[in-house]
Amino acid sequence: MTEGILNISNVQIVGSVSCVPKTIISNLKNELFNSSEEALKFVEMTGVEEKRHLEKGVLVSDLCYEAAELLIKKLEWDKHEIGVLIMVTQTPDYLIPNTAIILQDRLGLSKNTACFDIPLGCSGFVYGASVISSMLTSQGFKKGLLLVGDSSSLLASAEDKALSPLFGDAGCATAFEFNEGKNINFKLWTDGAGFKSIIVPDGGYRNRFSAESLCVIEDKDGNKRTNLNPKMNGTDVFSFGITQVPRELKSFLKEMNREVADIDYFLFHQANKFMLEMIRKKLKLESSQVPYSIIKYGNTSSASIPLTLSILGDDVRNKKIAICGFGVGLSIGCGYFEIGDDFVNEIIEYEG
Amino acid sequence: MEEFIKNFYEILEDTEANEINQNTDYKNLDEWDSMTSLMLIAMVDEKYGKQVIGIDIKECLTLENLYARIQSK
Repeated sequence: MTEGILNISNVQIVGSVSCVPKTIISNLKNELFNSSEEALKFVEMTGVEEKRHLEKGVLVSDLCYEAAELLIKKLEWDKHEIGVLIMVTQTPDYLIPNTAIILQDRLGLSKNTACFDIPLGCSGFVYGASVISSMLTSQGFKKGLLLVGDSSSLLASAEDKALSPLFGDAGCATAFEFNEGKNINFKLWTDGAGFKSIIVPDGGYRNRFSAESLCVIEDKDGNKRTNLNPKMNGTDVFSFGITQVPRELKSFLKEMNREVADIDYFLFHQANKFMLEMIRKKLKLESSQVPYSIIKYGNTSSASIPLTLSILGDDVRNKKIAICGFGVGLSIGCGYFEIGDDFVNEIIEYEG
Repeated sequence: MEEFIKNFYEILEDTEANEINQNTDYKNLDEWDSMTSLMLIAMVDEKYGKQVIGIDIKECLTLENLYARIQSK
């Protein structure tokens, strides 16, 4: 197969559970906007009518924990058969150690489980899926669990009118099995030259946390943030999204000899609706092929693809699915898989 | 160039055609905002198949400068 395409044999995605917090934030009533006109303009552009925010003291790992427990129960999995647990997050419980390691104990998984984090955002679900699939096909593991999501409402500045109303919180668990005859494909892409397009400047080792990290910076549009909050160059991210994403997805489908009409659903990272509609039109996809979770849940970072899958419910059974995550990096991941007729697919609210 | 000016005019909502020419300081138009820059990027992608990024818009002061930048890509 062509270079750059991962063609993974004998692996199947068998279920997914998404967990969202109960707290609903409505953007039309969001006091961050100066007027109802400004709020309406934001909603029309991004598509985000409402989203969920974590309750105090709750983290994305808690959402993933509840999602994973329900998924394991519904699939009637023996926890000791889970060979690998990967957590994709940019908002870990601690800087050290990895969150997946803490969840191994919390979920009561075997000590023989390989557990680690992948700190990617928008493209993270696809990257995590490609790593877990590779491990299942070649390492002899029977089952793997992929947990994804971010505590984005805690990360973004509450006074950033571009990012705060955009982001929602969600944590998802997706189940992978070694299953002979089933295949899954990926294509991965990176442009590190764009690393400043979406960045949290301080708190790592390039710019270590200091008193200045807490200084509030106000931009020309009146958005306030510190260097511990993410900063996005929206113009460049949009430009990347509408040019590189259709190009990569087209080349992925071409290399697999698949037409867009052959695919039932395209699940995109839910960046913002205006950009996704441009991408959809460029790829000549029907509206019915491109479901959205952004309208009710916002941009949920790495959770956005499995969350969009979850809202389709049992309608995904026996369907052909293309996935495409893109953004922070800059990074793109495309994938293709087929769903069986006993797929577990649920969305739940966090009970705590 | 004329066609580029026409294409640029079409992304605008509140500006008259006679206010736009090759020397227009387009970022100082009353209606220019972050949304207009996204529409401009989308228009250049659709009509010219070229990728404009933030720095291009920042550095090119007039429509003529911007069109030259696009052609050089």
